[in-house]
Amino acid sequence: MLSPDKVVLPREGDEFARLSRTRSRIAVALSLMMIAMYFGFMAMFAFAKPTMGTILVPGLSLCILLGAGVIVGSFLLCLVYVVWANRFYDPAVRRIMS
Amino acid sequence: MQAANNPLAITFFFVFMSLTLGITYWAAKRTRTTEQFFAAGGQITAWQNGWALAGDFLSAAALLGIAGIITSNGFDGLIYSIGFLVGWPIISFLIVEPLRNLGKFTFADVVAYRLRQRPVRMAAAIGTLTVILLYLIAQMVATGSLIKLLFGLPYTVSVVVVGTAMLTYVIFGGMLATTWVQVIKAVLLSLGGLVLALLVLAHFDMNPLNLFSAAAEKYGTRVLQPGVKVAGSGWDSISLGVGLMFGTAALPHILMRAFTVPDVKEARMSILYATGIIGSFHLLVFVIGFGAMVLVGPEVVTKAGGGGNMAAPLLALTVGGNGFFGFICAVAFATMLAVVAGLTLSGVATVCHDLWVNVVRGGDAPEREQLIVARIATVAIAVLAVFLGIVFEGQNVAFMAGLAFAVAAAANFPALLLSITWKRFTTAGAVASILVGTVSSLLLICLSPTVQVDVLGKSLAAVSQAWWFVPMKNPALICMPLSFLVAVAVSLVTEETGAESSFREMRRRIMFGAARETVAAE
Repeated sequence: MLSPDKVVLPREGDEFARLSRTRSRIAVALSLMMIAMYFGFMAMFAFAKPTMGTILVPGLSLCILLGAGVIVGSFLLCLVYVVWANRFYDPAVRRIMS
Repeated sequence: MQAANNPLAITFFFVFMSLTLGITYWAAKRTRTTEQFFAAGGQITAWQNGWALAGDFLSAAALLGIAGIITSNGFDGLIYSIGFLVGWPIISFLIVEPLRNLGKFTFADVVAYRLRQRPVRMAAAIGTLTVILLYLIAQMVATGSLIKLLFGLPYTVSVVVVGTAMLTYVIFGGMLATTWVQVIKAVLLSLGGLVLALLVLAHFDMNPLNLFSAAAEKYGTRVLQPGVKVAGSGWDSISLGVGLMFGTAALPHILMRAFTVPDVKEARMSILYATGIIGSFHLLVFVIGFGAMVLVGPEVVTKAGGGGNMAAPLLALTVGGNGFFGFICAVAFATMLAVVAGLTLSGVATVCHDLWVNVVRGGDAPEREQLIVARIATVAIAVLAVFLGIVFEGQNVAFMAGLAFAVAAAANFPALLLSITWKRFTTAGAVASILVGTVSSLLLICLSPTVQVDVLGKSLAAVSQAWWFVPMKNPALICMPLSFLVAVAVSLVTEETGAESSFREMRRRIMFGAARETVAAE
């Protein structure tokens, strides 16, 4: 394992700043989507219990549907980020480094 | 109804113990450096780490506890299932890459990166150890009473057995053995959950909606609707959500696993796999909980004792017979072991790496010495965990797990996030934020109905009149913003030029750190 101060870091250029900004924007946007999705759900659970209790079809209430949706949605958002990072971010980082 | 008279449960248990001890023996020979002891030499693959993260995170509460809450209350139990997942995307978007590229063994490496080492490490150690001890107490007490219930072993013996097994894994096998214990446990738990859910669904034409309608027919549609069980007031629910989401994203033993993989891409992938595994498991728990409600019945579950924890094992007995019941009991046991081992290892990393090396020894200590300190710390934490487990026997400690999440959200998360995103963040700001987050969470919980009513047994009507009363069961909604506020305010009134000037360098390392090995090789 190498000590941090021996690591050679590439020079910083416009491309670095651009990529850094893009990454931050995507990370913040996805985080806000995640927070909106979950706290939207929790706010409805907390303050709109009758609506959340609506029975859509026998055996399925709105809250169960949305709850499962939050679980699936969390995974999908993660997937979106990972695909973006693997396909675009990592190659861009490698390009700047070389 | 005990697994003690169940030869299959005993067999499963011994197979698991021999397998994990065998792995520990194998891992011990590969654990010679601190890098190996704390991070398995960075040689764990993304898939292994994904399963290990799930093994670290899914406690017995995930299967037994939540299934029990669903069985007796219906939908409200699902709030926990959902809440335990939503922190993972946050780790993936904001935390994992800076963490992997800046850190070595603990998340304090990241917070202290630009700041003054000693004060930040000390504060971070207080935050980390508070989280870990609360979580360990909750796990040990739950473990003791569950093993008593499942296997008929006396409480003290159960706690000592768990403490000894976890000590063996960690002290000899370090992160490598702990990882494999967690992987095996997560696979067994997922498999058990999957089979249990399928066996339930087989009674309902493989359609979960038929199961939910059967529950509604038997116990009224209220079981499919939100109730008031998990949180008293609306804001209480939001506060619980804040604690679960941001607490998950700042749990020391989870963050520590980012250092076990070779690079940042593997770390990112392992979080995705973990999210998938944990999410799928919680969807299975929907079915298991309602399955226990319909096929076993809440009255039977309550009568079996253990505060509803018997729902899943009893369901296994009903739908899968004695053998499957034994399997689920053994899986529950394995689950507890894997979680406490991960918690202990992360406590040891804090004591050894943050406190000993960076505070006492000023940043450098010989490998041999570090490993000796690490092993002494392992024994100390294991003994402390067993001791506290015995002290708290029979106490209501269920709130401690939730409190651990709240402290993580209030003490660790703000400092971690600000250290990587805010240039003006200072040492004083970080220390104040961590301390205020820890102390305010502990203080508020003591003044809340959680401790006053549930633990001390006072009447809600009486305490709610007191001037100091805090009407929230979970303090995260107050403490996390407070901690952010303190961090910003204190940073603004202090100045740290060194921290500001190294900000750009840190941002570069966050981006390019992934390639540091490649660069060095050239």
